[in-house]
Amino acid sequence: MKPFAFTRATDADTAVQAATQPGARFLAGGTNIVDLMKEGVEAPDRLVDINRLPLAAIEAQPGGGLRLGALARNSDTANHPVLRTRYPLVAQAILAGASGQLRNAATNGGNLRQRTRCPYFYDVTQPCNKREPGTGCSALQGFNRNHAVLGTSAKCIASYPGDMAQALHALDAVVQLQGPSGRRTIPIALFHRLPGETPELDANLAPGELITAIDLPAESARFAQRSHYLKVRDRASYAFALVSVAAALDMEGSRIRQARVCLGGVAHMPWRAREAEALLQGAEPNMALFRQAAEAALAGATGFEHNRFKIELAKRSIVRALETTSRSTA
Amino acid sequence: MTSLLSDERQADDLPDDDSNSPLLPSPAGQLTRRAFLAESGTTGIAGILASAPMAASVASAAQANADAAPPSSSMALALRVNGKPHALQVDPRTTLLDLLREQMALPGTKKGCDHGQCGACTVLVNGRRINSCLALALSHDGAEITTIEGLARGSELHPMQAAFIKHDGFQCGYCTSGQICSAVGMLREAEQGAPSHVTADVRRTGPMAPLSDAEIRERMSGNICRCGAYPGIVAAVREVSLAMPRAASSRRSRA
Repeated sequence: MKPFAFTRATDADTAVQAATQPGARFLAGGTNIVDLMKEGVEAPDRLVDINRLPLAAIEAQPGGGLRLGALARNSDTANHPVLRTRYPLVAQAILAGASGQLRNAATNGGNLRQRTRCPYFYDVTQPCNKREPGTGCSALQGFNRNHAVLGTSAKCIASYPGDMAQALHALDAVVQLQGPSGRRTIPIALFHRLPGETPELDANLAPGELITAIDLPAESARFAQRSHYLKVRDRASYAFALVSVAAALDMEGSRIRQARVCLGGVAHMPWRAREAEALLQGAEPNMALFRQAAEAALAGATGFEHNRFKIELAKRSIVRALETTSRSTA
Repeated sequence: MTSLLSDERQADDLPDDDSNSPLLPSPAGQLTRRAFLAESGTTGIAGILASAPMAASVASAAQANADAAPPSSSMALALRVNGKPHALQVDPRTTLLDLLREQMALPGTKKGCDHGQCGACTVLVNGRRINSCLALALSHDGAEITTIEGLARGSELHPMQAAFIKHDGFQCGYCTSGQICSAVGMLREAEQGAPSHVTADVRRTGPMAPLSDAEIRERMSGNICRCGAYPGIVAAVREVSLAMPRAASSRRSRA
């Protein structure tokens, strides 16, 4: 591992200032960046340890929402009574990811920033546009079983590896940021990004910008009665998703007032299936409708040599997740 | 080697066939497997270097690397490890795992994959289980660390250690210290009412039913055992889990 300077920050202003220097990175739980540093994928000149910043609280908001501190650990977040009862989809998604040990270390902010597990991104001897822009994408013609089928570009077909974020996207979470030029708030839909021509960027963040909190809006608690996170993977636990589905329904009598469907494992970012959501809205739930929604969600999908199976798998997973969701009750 | 041995927990009523085992420390004064391997390894490498023609170039390459990469300046770190305070100086690159094994002579914590994929390096930090291989030591300044060496009380094994022996929860033993530390941390999480991926409804907070085998397997899935000793591991964890007082979770539910 390349030597680096280590700074312990005790307040957000100092942390942001230190992280604005070129070559600086934040260190929270470390479960991803330390691994990347061991592999030489990340080689920061300075780590800014933000673990002492007062950003670990999970607080109910006056308007009925819930604020998840960026430094609250994944395990504490998943076990928070308000999150469990009002936003169970988020708890389910967190618990579907990683292991007990990793969730105890990993933070909510860090979870949003975790990087793809594309094997070529991790292998510094291979070309990779995400790691080293302009070198090419080895996955296009390589082993691409775990890669994206939606929203890919000729520069990158990597998939986003997380679970929690699918639930946050489905529930229209809002990300609180603090940067060198002040604070700002962005919808999570605008936080992650597709690879396009600049796959080296995973998120729309300015240099030195720090996630301080993730807000769950009060209105998203209406999905608490019916939501489900389905994760399909190669083994029963402790594996990244081949495909995952965060599904949520808000019912009005026998009809769907609002539906949320967000896919994981299929794109460079959590993929909101808005066409599927539009089909579901106002309709009465049934299997034919779910199949129609699934077809709509994957209509634009393009597979590669080893991951074409994901398209059919994603459709079936959407149907299963919606079926499970529609059956769940208070 | 003597300093290494003297730091290992002693127990005079246990067999001496495997000092490397987290369960079975060896009596003082005997040659242990660790000591033997370390000793013969050093001799072996020296022998090879002395006789190999490339010895000089290997040595000079190593020197060049050292020159090219200026050493990170070490920083102060205070930790309590297994109940004892330590004031340390560490290179910022040092993981908690390497600190324990290389700098503190606590080799009970194992390095398996070194990438957070196997759980062999699991230790308890302020009572919570984490992968020590992915934890930079400096980010845990002031923490209370418990390793496998700190679970027993004198010669009395921790109930989880005793249960692993009783139920044959290991074969080669390499994952065992991580399994045991993980299981201890996991039962504390369950005691605090934490749900898991296989919990039927995360919305139901409050006291939990005794952990089913499915719950134990899911909650222990961060610890891989290549020998496949899982049936014994689950049996050991189940036994300790059932013997635990459940008062804590009831208290919590009323709060």
